[in-house]
Amino acid sequence: MNVDTRWLTVLGGILSLLVVASVIGTLLKARATTEAKRAVIDNLNARTKAWWVMVAFLVPAFALGWVGTLTLFAFTSFFALREFITLTPTRPGDYLSLVLSFFVLLPAQYIFIGVYGYGMFAIFIPVYAFLLLPAVAAFAADTEDFLTRCAKIQWGVMICIYCISHAPALLLLEFPGWDGSPALLVIYMLLIVQLSDVLQYVFGKLFGRTKLAPQVSPSKTVEGLIGGGVSATLIGGLLWPLTPFTWQQSLVMAFVIVVMGFLGGLTLSAVKRGLGAKDWGVMIEGHGGMLDRLDSVSFAAPVFFHLTRFFFT
Amino acid sequence: MRPSASALVGLVQLLVGAYPRWVGCAPEPRQRIYFANHTSHVDTIALWAALPRQLRERTHPVAARDYWGTGFRRYIATKTLRAVLIDRTREDKTTDPLEPLLRVLAEGESLILFPEGTRGPGALPGPFKSGLYRLAQAMPRVELVPVYLENLHRSLPRGAFLPIPLTCTVRFGAPLGTVAGETKEAFLERARAEVVKLSAAPQ
Repeated sequence: MNVDTRWLTVLGGILSLLVVASVIGTLLKARATTEAKRAVIDNLNARTKAWWVMVAFLVPAFALGWVGTLTLFAFTSFFALREFITLTPTRPGDYLSLVLSFFVLLPAQYIFIGVYGYGMFAIFIPVYAFLLLPAVAAFAADTEDFLTRCAKIQWGVMICIYCISHAPALLLLEFPGWDGSPALLVIYMLLIVQLSDVLQYVFGKLFGRTKLAPQVSPSKTVEGLIGGGVSATLIGGLLWPLTPFTWQQSLVMAFVIVVMGFLGGLTLSAVKRGLGAKDWGVMIEGHGGMLDRLDSVSFAAPVFFHLTRFFFT
Repeated sequence: MRPSASALVGLVQLLVGAYPRWVGCAPEPRQRIYFANHTSHVDTIALWAALPRQLRERTHPVAARDYWGTGFRRYIATKTLRAVLIDRTREDKTTDPLEPLLRVLAEGESLILFPEGTRGPGALPGPFKSGLYRLAQAMPRVELVPVYLENLHRSLPRGAFLPIPLTCTVRFGAPLGTVAGETKEAFLERARAEVVKLSAAPQ
């Protein structure tokens, strides 16, 4: 299979999946009898709608090549960081650190991916930003909760900029003996993460009995995790033609993506609830904010990136 | 709509969100005075941008001549926002500083007013000046809509130049009712309390 037919197959597959999901959603909505059922179907339909929007952004971005992809993910990071900082209490003394995070660190990280490649992009935030941000904050001469405030901003920068930027960074990888485009790997990872999310939700609604962590994420159940996780892993294994992996390797990678995605969702849910909110924002109808959709990606992307880079390039 | 206005609204929405939340009233084309807490230079544009386009065209921010009256800011204020400039300094004591506002209201247009008169440091507004009371007395039929601007004090603290792009929301409350025989002080405190009440509204 050459690159072009692979792209057409992926795109055709995703579009047919969305069409089927939209049709089923409309039919189910008409048949829903109770208020609770209707709420679940509305939630699913809102997710489907949001994925249409995501695809509408992703396709032209990928078509524009790495500049388009980096730009799209840079804006994604921007909105995610905005949601994170909006919910995180800051003081006027944090002004300079925040301006630096949004207007310098964020564009720099994505420019480094495009211009300098792996070396700079991998250490820029963990080393340089880690040291620079608190130093800048120290100049503001406000010592109240200093360590806590620095930690909060650094956490936001790590998750929203550094971790998310690993998804488009997959474009940097070169695979000897593989004729595919690394952009297919971005799609591969996003597909598995999003499918795992929704399948866990569906399995949880259908068979969920045992709450997994009621204080942190009330909708997560053991049955949902196992049912959704296993099926997303299996689908991930079947997607091996998109990747330089064999189907067995693809199965393992999909499993790692599912596990990391789950941990990301759980952890960021804990952060969010610790800040006293139910959703990160209201940007995506039915999905809360940008971060509510990207929590799992932010954990899955770096690990998937490094495993792939270590074992396959 | 004027292109400069569309560009300004788009820029402000990208930078600070300025998402409208109509909590206590609907975005209807009534003649209103929107009064809000004042913490940053973006407040005026954020509130104006949060209004639907048709309402924006007939709503004029009230802006201080000493800040908005010169250079590029004057262009934004008069041409883009079509603001009403007033004299905070009042060197000429013979004229009524509210006179230009009353003239605009007499034409059936709406206003955006920051009754504190100046930017405050925190999340909650300071005491209101008497301008709002006098406008309400002169124009009893104009609806007085309290507005709370959330997060803008974090986004652009005093002295800062570039806003931090937080998600800022603009909450519109229920119009103030009238209370017979109310003193000026009681009215101003009630108006301020309505804005404070909106600060705790659910998201």
